[in-house]
Order: sequence, then structure tokens, then C-alpha cells
Amino acid sequence: MKKLLLATAASALVATSALAASHSDEIKIGVVLGFTGPIESLTPSMAAGAELAMKEVSDSGKLLGGAKVTPVRADSTCVDAAAATAAAVRLITSDGIKAIMGADCSGVTSAVLANAAVPNGMVMISPSATSPGLSTAEDNGLFFRTSPSDARQGQIMADILLEEGIKSVALTYSNTDYGKGLADSFQSAYEAAGGKITISAAHEDGKADYSAEVAALASAGGERLVVAGYVDQGGSGVVRAALDAGAFDTFHFPDGMIGAKLEENFGTEIDGSTGQLPGTDSEGAAMYTALVDGKFDSTSPFTSESYDAAALIMLAMQAAGSSDPADYKGKVLDVANAPGEKIFPGELAKALELLAAGTDIDYVGATAVELIGPGESAGSYRQITLTGGKITTVKYR
Amino acid sequence: MDVLNALVALLNYVLVPGITYGSQLAIGALGVTLVYGILRFSNFAHGDTMAFGTMVTILATWGLQSMGVSLGPLPTALLALPLGIAATALLVLATDRMVYRFYRRVRAKPVILVIVSIGVMFVMNGVVRLIIGPEDQRFADGARFLITAREFKQWTGLSEGLALRSTQVLTIVTAIIVVIALFWFLNRTRTGKSMRAYSDNEDLALLSGINPERVVLVTWLIVAALATVAGVLYGLDKSFRPFTYFQLLLPIFASAIVGGLGNPLGAIAGGFLIAFSEVTVTYAWKKVLGYLLPDSMAPDNLVQLLSTDYKFAVSFVILLIVLLFRPTGLFRGKSV
Repeated sequence: MKKLLLATAASALVATSALAASHSDEIKIGVVLGFTGPIESLTPSMAAGAELAMKEVSDSGKLLGGAKVTPVRADSTCVDAAAATAAAVRLITSDGIKAIMGADCSGVTSAVLANAAVPNGMVMISPSATSPGLSTAEDNGLFFRTSPSDARQGQIMADILLEEGIKSVALTYSNTDYGKGLADSFQSAYEAAGGKITISAAHEDGKADYSAEVAALASAGGERLVVAGYVDQGGSGVVRAALDAGAFDTFHFPDGMIGAKLEENFGTEIDGSTGQLPGTDSEGAAMYTALVDGKFDSTSPFTSESYDAAALIMLAMQAAGSSDPADYKGKVLDVANAPGEKIFPGELAKALELLAAGTDIDYVGATAVELIGPGESAGSYRQITLTGGKITTVKYR
Repeated sequence: MDVLNALVALLNYVLVPGITYGSQLAIGALGVTLVYGILRFSNFAHGDTMAFGTMVTILATWGLQSMGVSLGPLPTALLALPLGIAATALLVLATDRMVYRFYRRVRAKPVILVIVSIGVMFVMNGVVRLIIGPEDQRFADGARFLITAREFKQWTGLSEGLALRSTQVLTIVTAIIVVIALFWFLNRTRTGKSMRAYSDNEDLALLSGINPERVVLVTWLIVAALATVAGVLYGLDKSFRPFTYFQLLLPIFASAIVGGLGNPLGAIAGGFLIAFSEVTVTYAWKKVLGYLLPDSMAPDNLVQLLSTDYKFAVSFVILLIVLLFRPTGLFRGKSV
């Protein structure tokens, strides 16, 4: 039995290296997303977005002198760090991928980064991990993301409120990673800019009654109530209880609270409230929709970020003239940011040509990519206000 | 003026919500305590019985609304309530016939009946979700407020507002009527007296010619009515979601046990005790003290004993203390 195992392993090794040698013009990119688990409804469109970019590049035949790009999917499960790490390690060691497009959820992303990508020197671009903790993660310059950190949203929130002249607010957040992370980043940004948070209180989702929470919030006072929660969960319950008790008249909502449900639940009662959510008015989004052409849902969350993540990987390879992560990891920021010629979705062939000719490019993509700091999207946000019971756009920032 | 402001703030955020929630818990706990006192087991299916009754009432309310029937300023659900009670009574009687009666015949130990009631709970849980779904349902209509906070501020010129929702007043009024009717029934009518006799000493009651099946039947009818009323009031005042009704089981049992299981008076006292402890222990007293104390002594911090995260822990700490030092509850209930 032992001998058989050994023989199998040996022949597999030989076969793999033989395969690798014969396909030297094939570049494999791992697509590590939660195909099962809490966000399984989103991941098919995300993977399709990334694979669309890979197909576009393969079809052009212009990457590194005609290399084909093949996606290799693996399941991150979104929640199981061990399973995600194992999947990523398998892609790196046995499939021989040259980059990872993923992972998706913040928890598994940091696990894959620390246990698979960094030890193996693999570049990783996540389309959807927003936890502020990833900004400071040990990454040897290998980790990037095309979604903004929630730290950024906290900063934007603080800016909007201070511009409106609101100097003190009460803060309540959903007792989840999202709510807590966002509340913390908002609190530090707001207080650093001179704002005062009178109370920061968590609320549990899925309760029928929030009068005790609202009583504490009202007692602490504040000009506005910031609700970092979910609109179809406790967030709406808190707003309802606050309105009923007359504790607060206006609110500030981050992305989890903004949706059709908000208009439906409260109508004109919350007129004058403000909020922000990720969004861009760049022409890239429309071009991406045209490019997808109904093959999958192009407006599904994070699908355009996935396209951009895959595109950035391949453009960086072209800029470095190599598909070795150690060579091209330094080029990701160069192709993503100005100066250079602007590149929109569907123009990857043109970008590859320009890079081959030594011209600098500025990849704009579907989400107006601009990587800042440790290689994460600066993120553009849509600032909104509620007037006449409707969500109206104030501006993009 | 400051004293008035403090009083209004306290009323708005502590007293009115506390009394409302306490009334809802009290009616729920009365149902639990009756089952315990007369049928001699802890009915874990009570929360889901409430959910079932509320669900039928909601469906009937929607039917009435679509026919254009309304009660003006009062919620239409009041009209649909009798139907909800009737359906719930049928459900619990059928459950009793099919499940509990067998265990009563074989004189099963209370702990076996408790486990049986957990099984019943899961079945009802599923039935409710199957029919109306697990989501939030709002069915309150009519006038939402008797007094809104804004109007109150304009009338009185105070800086604190007092909001009084019509459902809060409705809850309190209904609770008073239900409690008076229940106590009149238990203390003054022949059937009520036979129920109490059966509860005090089953064998002696049987010897004196009380029909046990009749006592059981009447008990279930009253329990169905109490559960539906409690559920509908809670749903009108807050919102209906099967899962929150399942969770309500915990504070309801805490109320019944703190007051003394099997003692109706204790159930009411326990309901208010649990409700007020949840609200007051987690209340931030900064605002009230700010009004009452001179400026130099006004507190800077929130003066909050416990963060609202621990709201649900409060009732259980009280429960533990009572069970440790007075196992039969504040009002001397039974203990098995």
C-alpha cells in the first residue's frame, strides 16, 4: 500500500511538472471565492466578472507574447478559515497558479493571506474584503483590494457630518463584524476631527423592541443618531423606536442602512437625514454593463470589483514582463494609478499594447480604481440625503 | 421646570415602555402559571402558542382590511382577536387530545411533560413559519399616537417630549380588564373555584366530584385566550416575527418563576419586575440627573449601570437570585 501511494505521488509529481513545462504560455489565476456559504448568491457573478477579464486578455493574445489565462476556481466558504487556506494552498502548490483573485469575506481573506499567500510569495487581490484590519496586515506587498476599507467609509461619514455642521452625535451599531468595525473607524475619524460621540451602543439584530437602547441613546443626546446597522434587521427597529419616542429627528446612515426598504419603512419621517454608500458616477460602470451584455447580473455587488481585480493582476504582469509574483507585485500600484492613459472595461487589449510599448497606463476600470495606502481602493462614495421620503444623491466623493 | 423635565424624560423612556412591556409579560406569564398550577407542567410551547394566535389574528386582520372594515382610531386587529382566540383554543385542545391527555392518564412525571411540551413547541414553531413565513409582519393600523413627542413639547413648553402610542394605552387597558376578569372568574365562579380546588389538591378535588376533564378543558380555553391576547398586544405594540415570540418565552418564564409558579398574582408582579429591571438597570441616567442636580454636580458620563447589551442578562440574574434565596418565588408558588 505504502509503495503504491509513493508511486502514485511520484508519478503525479512527474506528470505535473511535465504539464507545467508543456504549458509555459499558459498562466493560471486562482479564483478563491465563497461558492458555498453565506454569500453564495453573490459569488457566481463575482467569479464571472473576473473570468470575463481573463477571457478578454486571452482572446487579445497580447499578454506576455500571447499567453493564455486560465481561471482555477476554489471555494473559500466565506466563513471557514481552515478550508479556505487549504483550498488556496492547493491552488498554489499543485495547480501552479500565478495569482489569487480573492478571497471574498474579510475573515477568510486574512487567513489565506497569512497562511497561504505570504509564505508562498503569492499576489492576492481581493474584490470584497472591507475590514479595516486588513490595511495593517503583514503582507510583504503582496495584498491589494479593489474595495475600500470600512475605515475609509468611517472617514467619509465623519467628513459629511462635520461639513453639515454636526458636532455631536449618538452612535449605535449592529453587534456584528461589519457594524463594530465601521463604528470604530467612524468614532476615531470623527473624534480626531473634533466631533463628539456621546454614546456608542451596540444593538442586537432581530429583536422586536429597542426602547431600552433608544432610552440610553436619548439620554446621552446628540444632534443626530448614527445607525451603523442593517436596514432589514435591527437598524430599522432602532430608527422606529427613536422616532416614536421623539428621541431623534434626523439620522445618518452608512451603506448597510440604505435601500428601498428605508424609504418604504419611514417615508418622510426621516427627511433631512443623511448617509453614504459606495458608488461611482464614472463612465466605467456603464461600460462594464455593456461589456457583460446580460451574460450575468452586472449590477450584483462586487462583480465589477472582481473584474477590476483580475484585470489589475494581468496588467501588472504585462508591465513587469513576467508572470512571477515577485516581479510583478511592485507594478500593481503603477498600473492602477495615474499618470498614464485611462483604461476602461473592454479596453484591456489596448492597455496590454500600451504597456508592451512602454507607455504608462492608469487603470480606471468599472469602479474607478484608485489604490491608496497599503494597496486598497480609495473608494468613491455616493453621499445621499432624504428629501420628501426619497433617497436623493447629493454628490460623489 | 427642571423637575418636570426630569419627570417627563423618565416617563417617556422608562415608565411608559416599562409598564407596557410589563403588562405584556404579565398576561403571558399568567398563561404559563395557569398551566403549571392546574396541569402541573411548564409549558414551553407557550411562546409559540402566542405566535400562532397572533398569526391567525393577523391573517383575519388582513381579511377585514381588504373588505374595508376598520375600527376608526382603534386597530382592526381587535375585531379579529376573537377569531384568533377561537383558532388557538381549537389548536391547544387538539394538542391536548392528541398529546397531553395520554401523559396525564399515565400520570407521567412533570419533567416528561416538559420535554413533551418542547416537542409541541417545535411543531407549532414550524406550523407558524409554514403559514405566515419567518419575516417581520406589521399589522397595526388606526391612530398611531395619542400624543406625539413634538405636540407634547409645543403644548407644555417643556424641552422633553412625551410620546404616548395608542397601542401602549391599549395594552395597559386590556391588561387591566383581562386581569380583573380572570380573578373574578377564579374567585367568584363555580368553575373557577373547582379549578383552584383541582390545583390545590388533585385527589381531594376528584373525591369531591369535580370533573377533571372539564377543569382541563376550561384551563386550556383560558390559556388560549391569554396567549392570543398577549401575543396580539405585543405584536401591535412592537412587531410580529415568529422568532421573537419564541425568545419571549424566556422573560415570560422568568416572570412566572420570580413571582412564584402557579400563583396568578405572582405572575403579574413578576412580569412588571422583569420588565422594569430590564429597562431601568440599562437606562442611562445622565439626562434625568442633569435636570435634577445643580449644574456643578451634573454628571459628565452616562450614569449607566450596565450597557444595553446585557439587557437580557438582567432578568436572569434576578431569576437566579430569587431561585437561590426564595425557590418558590416572591409570592409562594409551588415547587416540584
